[in-house]
Amino acid sequence: MNRTGKQILFTLALLALPILAHAAKIGDISETSWTEQAIDFFSFQQPIIRTALIGTLLIGFCCGILGSFLVVRKLSLLGDTLSHAVLPGVAMGFLWNASKDPWAIFVGATAAGILGVALVGWIKQTTHLKEDSAMGMVLAGFYGVGICMTTVIQNLAMGNKSGLDKFFFGQAAALSSGDIRLLGIISLITVVVILLFYKEFLVISFDIGFAQALGMPVKILHYALMALLTFAVVVSLQAVGVVLVSALLITPAAAAFLLTDRMHWMLVLAAVFGMLSGAIGAFVSYLSNNLPTGPFIVLGATSIFLLALLFGPRHGLLPKILRRRKQRKRIALENTLKAVFHLNENSQFTKRAFEAGKLATERNASLHETEAEIRNLVKAGMALRLDTANGTKMSGKAQFELTKPGWYRACEIVRNHRLWELYLTNAAQYQTDHVHDDAEDTEHHLGEDIVLRIEARLKNPIHDPHGKLIPNRDAIKP
Amino acid sequence: MREHFFPDFDWHTVFVQPWTEYGDNSFWIVLMGFLVSGTCGLVGCFVILRRMALVGDAISHSLLPGITIAFLLTNSRDTLPMMLGAIAAGITTVVLIEAIRHSSRIKPDAAIGIVFSSLFAIGIILISVFADKIDLDAECVLYGELGFIPLQDIAMFGGVEIGPEPVIRMAIIAVIAIGLLIAFFKEMLVTSFDPGLAASLGINPTRYQYGLTLFLSVVIVSSFESVGVVLVIAMIIFPGATALLITDRLTKAIWLSILFSLLYAVLGFHLATWLEASIAGGMTVIAGFIFGLVWMAAPKRGLLTKLVKRSFKRKTTSP
Repeated sequence: MNRTGKQILFTLALLALPILAHAAKIGDISETSWTEQAIDFFSFQQPIIRTALIGTLLIGFCCGILGSFLVVRKLSLLGDTLSHAVLPGVAMGFLWNASKDPWAIFVGATAAGILGVALVGWIKQTTHLKEDSAMGMVLAGFYGVGICMTTVIQNLAMGNKSGLDKFFFGQAAALSSGDIRLLGIISLITVVVILLFYKEFLVISFDIGFAQALGMPVKILHYALMALLTFAVVVSLQAVGVVLVSALLITPAAAAFLLTDRMHWMLVLAAVFGMLSGAIGAFVSYLSNNLPTGPFIVLGATSIFLLALLFGPRHGLLPKILRRRKQRKRIALENTLKAVFHLNENSQFTKRAFEAGKLATERNASLHETEAEIRNLVKAGMALRLDTANGTKMSGKAQFELTKPGWYRACEIVRNHRLWELYLTNAAQYQTDHVHDDAEDTEHHLGEDIVLRIEARLKNPIHDPHGKLIPNRDAIKP
Repeated sequence: MREHFFPDFDWHTVFVQPWTEYGDNSFWIVLMGFLVSGTCGLVGCFVILRRMALVGDAISHSLLPGITIAFLLTNSRDTLPMMLGAIAAGITTVVLIEAIRHSSRIKPDAAIGIVFSSLFAIGIILISVFADKIDLDAECVLYGELGFIPLQDIAMFGGVEIGPEPVIRMAIIAVIAIGLLIAFFKEMLVTSFDPGLAASLGINPTRYQYGLTLFLSVVIVSSFESVGVVLVIAMIIFPGATALLITDRLTKAIWLSILFSLLYAVLGFHLATWLEASIAGGMTVIAGFIFGLVWMAAPKRGLLTKLVKRSFKRKTTSP
């Protein structure tokens, strides 16, 4: 793992520890404004708020990291299956000593979760049912058993049954300090295990066959990851509820997946996004009494995902559209330059200045369109208008000439075009009348190094397949 | 209130009393259970073949905001607005999943997860914000309970009482499902197994895909009241999946899935009576149990069957 990524991950984990040790101080301020509430919320003054916030931060951290592995392995909905499958385990743990003992519930839920994941794998291996059906059956089947057990428990004559319903929708305020301790331990275990076996987890995530060939214990690693995942799901249930845990596993990781191609950065980003969503959710639900925490954490995560989807620098929709538009503009500009070169060539390179009308004929376009193209050239500093100021409308007789950079660029494009045509006829055995359309497209995408290599391979040619001169490299580069 | 998780099993109270003392009620509840799981199972056979099981899960969860918004707009719990809201939610889910898939490199499984959890979260928030105005209980939507369906609303037809309204409504949906199945069986068969062949035969696979999604939403929304949004998934997947372990023929699988649905309804009802548990939960437990049995001991492909066959073969071939 990349060193910086490692350090950031570890710092994030350590950051939570001093907060845990922070002494309790009960504040009795009655807030008025939104900002005051925000300050009060994030200043860790009230113990209940503090536990809730630390809890959601840790949950977001854990789920973000572990969810990343699910997302890259295309197993996202296994998290959903897991969160439903732990329900009978929760009920069983509850039955164990008839109270909300976090450890009994934790053990029962973990057992049920791992059994559920194992069953999904087993059904997939031994029958011809597909993964989605297997997951659906385990999800709904286990949940059904859980529902049966909870309805029975509700009829049983025993102690404190309240709190069981928190498992369905989740309330961060319901987290006890015992839960927080559990969460802290799980987060630490997660980070340590992932740091120690990062390479192994990376390989099984992307190429299981390769991992097997290397002699890695693929099965053990898989179940280790599933065990960690179950831990995380079980401790998160109380804060966000059964249905929404899967969102915490999937959404921050998916947002991170949109922003980076490197696994270690994805882990860091997913952890940060998870914590951010946790803080957002805890804060919003703190603002009013009747707002549940889980759904707001999920919406926080979804907002982050939407931002990444729209504005992510590499895979975002908006940058993609902008990039495409920029490229289309460049291609249009280059096509104009090429047409000007052809005008030049037709005059045996005697004339420098041309009329807009002539260019329009060469481009096979209306005067209006050509005028816009010339304006774009002028704007890019590649042409000069000789007649009047820039603002006025051009007539067909309006004169313009290319500047030096414009002329060089025009020569480059024509050189790309003709070299590519020659390459296709000589090296790829194309017919001479088939190469033009291909070159029309390729001329805009050839880099300087490729052009040099083509030139070398063709032994510095002078003429293209149609007998026209190829602009010389030395003539182009000033 | 009782002491033990498993009460003493008494044949009379579990199997006889419900029919002798509460005959009418028991009959309608079991019939409703059968109609729900039968209709779900019918649609489910195709859902499984098209690998849409988890899309079904997503649709069932996003019904929550759909019916909540429908309720806020119309302020009534009538069937029609609820149905429309749910169908709109189902379509929104599928469209959003496809949109995320096509506009980014997010894989379909992650797209499903993101969409349904967000919609579900919106639903829960709406319910908690408008808690005083909404006569909807999120937990009720989530669990549903066959025992609580309003049996006292009797549907009349031509002045004759024909039965409790919810049961009759479900029966109508079931009849529509059977009608659609008969009308479009060939098209559904081809598009499920070989979309390419379907397209070359002039059958538009996408249209049938959306048609199935639409009908799936209708079935889910008419079932959730009885079994809840999660267990409706069990009712959709279990009958078909169990049947497909026994046979490869779709027609046979459909008949078998109807048979299984009947078993779920009857046995689930008695299991729930014995444990005093949720009937939908009981039906799901039975469904899981039957799947386990078939998985182990199906005539051709059961794990134990294979094991026995293999050892038998070894015995006969060894010298």
